[in-house]
Amino acid sequence: MAEKMYAGNAVLCNEEGYLTEMTQWTKEIGTEIAAEEDITMTDTHWQVVEFLREQVRQEVPLTIRKIGKSGVVSIKEFYALFPEGPLKKASRIAGIPKPVSCI
Amino acid sequence: MVKKANKVKKMMLILSKATLDNVYACFILANGARMEGIESEIFFTFFGLEAIQKEKLDHLHIATVGNPAMHIPSIVGGLPGVEAMATKMMKSKIEELDIPPIGEFLEILTASGTKLWACKLAMDMFDLEDNDLIEDIDGVLTVGDFYERAEGEGTHVVFI
Repeated sequence: MAEKMYAGNAVLCNEEGYLTEMTQWTKEIGTEIAAEEDITMTDTHWQVVEFLREQVRQEVPLTIRKIGKSGVVSIKEFYALFPEGPLKKASRIAGIPKPVSCI
Repeated sequence: MVKKANKVKKMMLILSKATLDNVYACFILANGARMEGIESEIFFTFFGLEAIQKEKLDHLHIATVGNPAMHIPSIVGGLPGVEAMATKMMKSKIEELDIPPIGEFLEILTASGTKLWACKLAMDMFDLEDNDLIEDIDGVLTVGDFYERAEGEGTHVVFI
């Protein structure tokens, strides 16, 4: 566990760079983490992030299938928005734990 | 993030069987690769072709005969209805874990960028035409074509 500075805030991160307290997250922090992943956030990116955070709040395990059924984006769009490991990257940007799902 | 030198870059999966457990293992490996940013392709050969045949993909079973992991005597596994019952049980467990049925899984794979190839020789052997297969197939390949696609550093070929 380490403290990292994002958008002028010290937040707790694990060794893989995921926030450990999702309540510490702000959109500004998300924007800076996204920049580390070479992603420029758009409205659609934020809609996905909000959907992911809501799922975690409701303690629903995240899967690619759920993203496809979310009504927010299709699976194809999800891969285009967060290239190379979409669920992990999106989760990191959303300040939620790394997903443990295999699907 | 630290980039590892020997990173897996591409998974070339060969599916030669059509029992539900083998098909799911293959699909989960292919989808899991995409989720990690790894390229993946599946080559459907021999009985593996059943998983991309429109008329058959919803009716795949698990094997209750000749499968020691079922822990039932083969003679029981061969009784009418046993295979269907075991398959039904497995399918309901799969649904519980939010793993999609075969048809939907194929759609997810395509949307995720997994390439799906049918084996030319196996197509000829089973007298199959292109229109027997689902539309999302990327094409029909020979073994040589498949190996050509496997070229490059960090590629792994797995036979299922």
